[in-house]
Amino acid sequence: MADLSLLAADRVSLRLGDRTILSSLSLELHAGEMLGLIGPNGAGKSSLLKILTGIHNPSSGQVTLHGSPLQQIDDRQRARQLGYLAQAGTAHWPISVERVVALGRIPHLGNWQQATPADRAIVAETLRQTGLAELAARPFPTLSGGEKARVLLARALAVQPTIILADEPVAALDLSHQLEVMELLRAQCDNGGAVVVVLHDLRLAVHYCDRLQLLLAGETLAVGDPGSVINDENLQRAFSVRVRHSGQSLLDAFALSWTRSGQS
Amino acid sequence: MSILLLLLFCASLFFGSRPIPVLQAALDVARRADTVVALILTEVRLPRALIALFAGATLGLCGAAMQGLLRNPLASPGLVGSASGAALGAAVMLYSGLAASFWLALPAGGVAGALSATLLVYLLAGRSAGTATLILAGVAVNSLALSLISLLINLAPSPYAVREIVLWMLGSIANNSLDDFWLMLPGTLLGWLLLAGSGRSLDALTLGEESARTLGVAIDRLRWRVFAAVALAVGSAVSVTGAIGFIGLVTPHLLRPLVGHQPGKLLTVSALGGAILLLCADIAVRLFPAGTEIKVGVLTSLIGAPFFLYLIMKSRRWQT
Repeated sequence: MADLSLLAADRVSLRLGDRTILSSLSLELHAGEMLGLIGPNGAGKSSLLKILTGIHNPSSGQVTLHGSPLQQIDDRQRARQLGYLAQAGTAHWPISVERVVALGRIPHLGNWQQATPADRAIVAETLRQTGLAELAARPFPTLSGGEKARVLLARALAVQPTIILADEPVAALDLSHQLEVMELLRAQCDNGGAVVVVLHDLRLAVHYCDRLQLLLAGETLAVGDPGSVINDENLQRAFSVRVRHSGQSLLDAFALSWTRSGQS
Repeated sequence: MSILLLLLFCASLFFGSRPIPVLQAALDVARRADTVVALILTEVRLPRALIALFAGATLGLCGAAMQGLLRNPLASPGLVGSASGAALGAAVMLYSGLAASFWLALPAGGVAGALSATLLVYLLAGRSAGTATLILAGVAVNSLALSLISLLINLAPSPYAVREIVLWMLGSIANNSLDDFWLMLPGTLLGWLLLAGSGRSLDALTLGEESARTLGVAIDRLRWRVFAAVALAVGSAVSVTGAIGFIGLVTPHLLRPLVGHQPGKLLTVSALGGAILLLCADIAVRLFPAGTEIKVGVLTSLIGAPFFLYLIMKSRRWQT
């Protein structure tokens, strides 16, 4: 099984000072799969994601991409395969939306190389796909929180990576845009890529993810298909909540009961 | 901008305390005739214009690189200690009298001071320090260097040494020779070369360090590279010209809207802009009536400071 995984973490730990953030945590991601990382605040979801992208190095254990240790892969080659979508993004200069998205082509360009027409076409197509074409010329800092989140997703998509690692990509979005973003991530998996996504909304997690990994205090509490992870005992232990689901299964209580009616 | 720069460079050859027939002088130089005007052209006007061009470009370029790297519009080339380090190095040479006895001592002291101050900032901040720590370390090293300069002035053996140090610190390109230009050239060119390939990485930093890392930028290496480049280029330039303020800070600000605020593209444009500003300032100081020589560093600070205030007011309006 391990040979088939695109991205794998093998017993990674992360310690900062005397605090243990992650302890001996493993993860596997396969082609075509959307893996949801869920768990309470401070469980280590974002830290795990940063280790998977190579932003942080684990204190012990290792991450492999296509079977090769992540640290041995050239920075730019790694960047072409792993797209990262941060929790929040600020631009330090008022550059336009289009230029923010075009940053996604950097891993494909040499230091001296100019963007090719093909690069520009990819940027334009990504802007269209994410419904941002009309905002293309707007300075990034003048956008609303939700618009910024979508621009950052477009930036990650413009890399055209195999794997997207997204940290709460829908946190700032309205209902319709939540679905739009989740569908874009889903499409990434259906096109042969894979996604690891940190989510707080368990309904979205159940609806869109193939597998869920529930973290608690830096360890895996449960991993598997949504039906096996979302149960009374796990929710009680992880979130200290009891779900009222009289007459229906617990999974039905987390069913997504709305769809998009059309293009927003 | 390149055309404007070329025009200013030529104009710079025409202005001086005395009008000289520049074309005649150029012809004399070409014919290797040792006329007075030819000498004025090659020994006074040409070095002055060349040094203004290269020092201005260096200050503009390094200002843009530092602001891009630290993602802070208040960053200047001097922030990591290169300018004050160079000043300290030069002051030590002037104080000890070495500068008077050995013509290489002043620029060598400047470059050594710039490199050691930058290295000290880097060591103080630590290898993987955040931007705020770097800026704080820079401020600490800058004030240390300035206080040591004050100490040197305080302890100076003769009023002559005090005068030399103070005049040097005012910044001037009036009395430099072609030798000075050749002296600053290797360091500045090496610095430029190091910075030239870093534009794309600076672009990637627009969204912060984490984001840049995930775009394949090795932040630690980039930082080393920019710091070393700025220390070399600014150190070499400043040891010849003395302290010239505000060009590095203001030029990137002025030109940022021109390139859609992209830090990478700003590098070349700022180099051109810095050269234009310093050539202008150096022509301007020559237009003052003879006898009242204003140092070019004084002029750039006099104009630069209020202009910078204006920029701050403008950006505040934009934000609210």
